[in-house]
Amino acid sequence: MAEIKGPDDGVQIDLISGERMDGLASMEKIRIILDGVRDGNIVILEEGLSPDEESRLIEVTMTEISPDEFNGIEIETYPKSETADQSILDRIMGKESTKKLTVIGPANQIETLHKDETLISALVSRK
Amino acid sequence: MGLLTNLRDSISRAASTLFSEEDPKRIGIYGPPNAGKTTLANRIARDWTGDAVGPESHVPHETRRARRKENVEIERDGKKVTIDIVDTPGVTTKVDYTEFLEHDMEKDDAVRRSREATEGVAEAMHWLREDVDGVIYVLDSATDPFTQVNTMLIGIIESQDLPVLILANKIDLEESSVQRIRNAYPQHETIPLSALEGDNMDEVYDKIAEYFG
Repeated sequence: MAEIKGPDDGVQIDLISGERMDGLASMEKIRIILDGVRDGNIVILEEGLSPDEESRLIEVTMTEISPDEFNGIEIETYPKSETADQSILDRIMGKESTKKLTVIGPANQIETLHKDETLISALVSRK
Repeated sequence: MGLLTNLRDSISRAASTLFSEEDPKRIGIYGPPNAGKTTLANRIARDWTGDAVGPESHVPHETRRARRKENVEIERDGKKVTIDIVDTPGVTTKVDYTEFLEHDMEKDDAVRRSREATEGVAEAMHWLREDVDGVIYVLDSATDPFTQVNTMLIGIIESQDLPVLILANKIDLEESSVQRIRNAYPQHETIPLSALEGDNMDEVYDKIAEYFG
């Protein structure tokens, strides 16, 4: 993604479409997210990650935390996933729907102010 | 001799495969930092084996390695349920060593603790994907259960079709609200308890036998 900001210009927000993420392997998705977040960007995924990918994102984030450099991530999605309404057969057949807008940012720059089933309100600060 | 040993090994392997259904189920104790996971693991282990699992502390990330207590035999209604308890580090998406400095820790110790904590969380996630047969999810009923980590972890557990029992811990605290947890995760049964005081442990053991037996 093109670098368009100077050091004090503000906070870069990358909105990544579901279409762009669709063709990627799990680790490629995680790399896109963490590379963006480690650069101080806010990454917004149109369709979110699967539970397995979320689990791997936590694991990889942990391995990259480094004192005084990277404290980890803040991640927010709407709480109710559509998976609860799906049949086990759909999930086994890989038809699991995980389409939920997801916001991810550096833990030291993003703070969730309010969250409910329909609204995520966050405060983003510069580095 | 070699042939005999090989034959014995083969029979032993076949037998262990045949009887693998009998192996104790590995039950992971999961939840955010400071929910009382180790206090609960110690309570269960002490009640049924006489030993503890690990040290407890009010400082977050006291447990930085998954610890397994094997063959915990729980007796309910004349039947025995044998489980392995896996006490896991509290799951989070961020670890800031400066938070440990507030607990009278030197910088070197705080940095080391944060490094161990991150390794521990990664280990806990790996156990969850690969190595547990069921989950006891522990929440501090005196704090807001509606956090992203809780939502994500419960989603991950559900996606793996693992049986999960939600425990609302710390009901001995004045600010405790079990209903808040029931409202946040209505799709699961929530059992109140105080692992510290030992309140309502009978119901907890009944449910462990029901869910994981």
